[in-house]
Amino acid sequence: MDPRVDRHRAAVTRARTGTRGSRAATAVAIAVPCAFIAVFFAYPVASILGRGLAPDGALDLDPLRRVFTDPSQRGVVWFTVWQAALSTVLTLALALPGAYVLARLRFPGRSLIRALVTIPFVMPTVLVASAFLALGVPRSLGAILLAHVFFNYAVVVRVVGELWRHLDPHEEEAARMLGASRMRVLREVTLRALRPGIVAAATITFLFCFTSFGVILFLGGPTRSTIETEIYRQTTRFLDLPLAAALSIVQLVAVVVLLWLVGRFERGASVPRRLRAAREVEHRPRSAADRVLLATNLAVMAALLALPLAVLVVRSLTPPSGFGFGYYRALGEVRAGSTLFVAPLDAVGNSLRFAVVATVIAVVVGGLAAWAGVRTKSRWLEGALALPLGISAVTLGFGFLIALDEPPLDLRGSQWLVPLAQALVAMPFVVLLTAPVLRAIDPRMRDAATMLGASPARVRRAVDLPIAARALFVAGAFAFAISLGEFGATTFVVRPDAPTLPIVVYRLLGQPGDVSFGAAMAASCILMLLVAAAMLAGDRMRAGRLGEF
Amino acid sequence: MLEVQDLVVRYEDRADAAPAVDGLDLRVGDGEVVCVLGPSGSGKSTLLRAIAGLEPPAAGTVAWDGVDLRDTPPHRRRFGLMFQDHALFPHRDVGGNVAFGLRMQGVASDAARARTADLLTLVGLPGTEDRAVRALSGGEQQRVALARALAPDPRLLMLDEPLGALDRALREHLVDELRAIFGRRDRAVLLVTHDHEEAFALADRVVVVRAGRVEQDADAATVWQHPATPFVAEFLGYNVTAAFGPLVAVRPEGLTLASAGVPVTVVDRTFRRDHFRVRVRTASTQEVLDVAVRGSAIPDAGSTAHLVLDEAAAVPLPA
Repeated sequence: MDPRVDRHRAAVTRARTGTRGSRAATAVAIAVPCAFIAVFFAYPVASILGRGLAPDGALDLDPLRRVFTDPSQRGVVWFTVWQAALSTVLTLALALPGAYVLARLRFPGRSLIRALVTIPFVMPTVLVASAFLALGVPRSLGAILLAHVFFNYAVVVRVVGELWRHLDPHEEEAARMLGASRMRVLREVTLRALRPGIVAAATITFLFCFTSFGVILFLGGPTRSTIETEIYRQTTRFLDLPLAAALSIVQLVAVVVLLWLVGRFERGASVPRRLRAAREVEHRPRSAADRVLLATNLAVMAALLALPLAVLVVRSLTPPSGFGFGYYRALGEVRAGSTLFVAPLDAVGNSLRFAVVATVIAVVVGGLAAWAGVRTKSRWLEGALALPLGISAVTLGFGFLIALDEPPLDLRGSQWLVPLAQALVAMPFVVLLTAPVLRAIDPRMRDAATMLGASPARVRRAVDLPIAARALFVAGAFAFAISLGEFGATTFVVRPDAPTLPIVVYRLLGQPGDVSFGAAMAASCILMLLVAAAMLAGDRMRAGRLGEF
Repeated sequence: MLEVQDLVVRYEDRADAAPAVDGLDLRVGDGEVVCVLGPSGSGKSTLLRAIAGLEPPAAGTVAWDGVDLRDTPPHRRRFGLMFQDHALFPHRDVGGNVAFGLRMQGVASDAARARTADLLTLVGLPGTEDRAVRALSGGEQQRVALARALAPDPRLLMLDEPLGALDRALREHLVDELRAIFGRRDRAVLLVTHDHEEAFALADRVVVVRAGRVEQDADAATVWQHPATPFVAEFLGYNVTAAFGPLVAVRPEGLTLASAGVPVTVVDRTFRRDHFRVRVRTASTQEVLDVAVRGSAIPDAGSTAHLVLDEAAAVPLPA
């Protein structure tokens, strides 16, 4: 036999089973994220458990009992649940028609609008709060709900819309031919087919609203408190760490139970179905109903998503002295009586520095985990890395605060705490964005490269890396944007002399006076510019379909 | 009775291109099985969708028993449509798929169950109500789709390439079953296909379409034996030739190679089980024609020969 054929065969076998070298690479790719998660996630969470369940070393359920017996704590838990449920219902009600319009109707400017609609999702909470305040929305329950819809509209449009774009219309037409009316088709066929997407979007939305921190803190006013803000209040104001830990535990358990329930009920509920290319499915608005839907939904998107951000920009540019950069100039000054120890403008540098470090950590650790997860065909690693997404940023920050301030790991006052916390928050997104891309690499491409004589390492370099690099860049841009706007965890670990932009906005909003308010608007606009630039850079690299977000 | 008059259907994104259906007339009587036959892209599926009400016509009318259906939405037309790709509901089992139309009619669940069972027996899948549709083979899915379309007893049953993706043995088997089912129901049936064997095996009447227009509309035997236009003749496998005088259509069997006649050059030859198919080019008109040659004297490519037309087998065509 031709020796070259033999060599190719051996190469194919090696590529399939993995050489010793590639097995070692996989082991490293598993070990690094595991160690990271163990030290910076599991350990802090364990510390919270310890503080909440055994504050003095012995098991003591009193803090937990207080969460459920103290009327004010009970009120907090109840409010957390129902505001999240109401926000989710409202989001679905407003965004599902929007998802239809963007998925099924073809109209000029649609792809631009589809891209714009996702911007709110990555906007920092402080910025959104500023925007709604700039719009003149009073601190109230309504403001909370509006902001939650603002954030999660994109989740529904993207998750449900992606499914809707590819749903085979023949299913709906078959039902029509069998005598089902439009409403009946919607109920019996369309919504059923969309169910996995709707459940997923509703779950994500509920979790975001359930663990919402910045929005409640800024827009809820002094009387409204969710578990998240209560953890913050108990920690920073009353120094009741056991109660804060107990609240964290309640929230953690609630999140895990919810995810478990959803997973249990959705297993088997989703059936594989024929998907169509989007261009076969979409159509120009042709009925009066389509045109009405299109007009109303575009109006909703404009009023809900675009208007607040536009007003924010306008307010930042219109100080009492007249149109101009007056508020921006004020950012460069250290004002007497301010709760800020530095000029607000310094925060831009801090934010960028922290975000760069956080992004590097998140991309390296998350990328390794995604690669290892795809390679070993197991999902647990991805699942483990996605955990911080379900556990709130505040819990993470709180965990850092109580776990990493004493030996064996004393990082008190270290500049590293902020980027580490931000990296943990951003990492799940890196995994979610990268793993599907890696998984979608056609194995025949690797086979083809192997058959052309590429060694396994060469295959990784020639096939996996170029594809992964794109995905990692997109994920990195996303992680950078998330890190820039991160507020919940940062607020626990940030040093007063090195605040980030969101912290500055928060402090400015807490100070009385027009100048502070205007400066907060200006700082928000700078933040928005940075986040938008990061997302735009990522979007340029985005090719075709990518991940779940 | 279905009456389609002067129907025009345009696809929105191809406004500049020719309409998919372009001034088409069609009638299907009760108890009649009509097949629309045409090559891919001749507007057949679009025609069905327009009749179903799923595609708005740009002009023309679709009427049932003299009543214009312009304002009747698809689900009230009481037409059935079996999709080429079945379009079964993946989230319902076989029984749920078949019973869907009955539920839409408000049939009581007992009666629906009984009728579902009857229909599944009719299509040769008795007792499969609880099976998941994705566990079915292509042929079984086809049968479930047929049972589902039949269940509400539509006054017009439309089938889009009903035997399209099935293998040969299964097709031949299903053709007989379909004929039996059509015969028993005594309702109007309209099917579309690009396969003329399928069309002639199933239909009483065949309507040949080309680019959204009717080329010939006649009973199956007439279309097969007397193609009305050069297009129909060629589509059905006839040679169309002017080499023997006026334009005629003739099957490869109607031509013979002989020592005298129209001079031709042999282009190539292919083995067709019981005969050879020899392609020849006429010296005078440069037409390439198929000739069926039996026996052992098969001419080689490049050799010259003479072609004789069997006048009795030739069908005169309009020039």
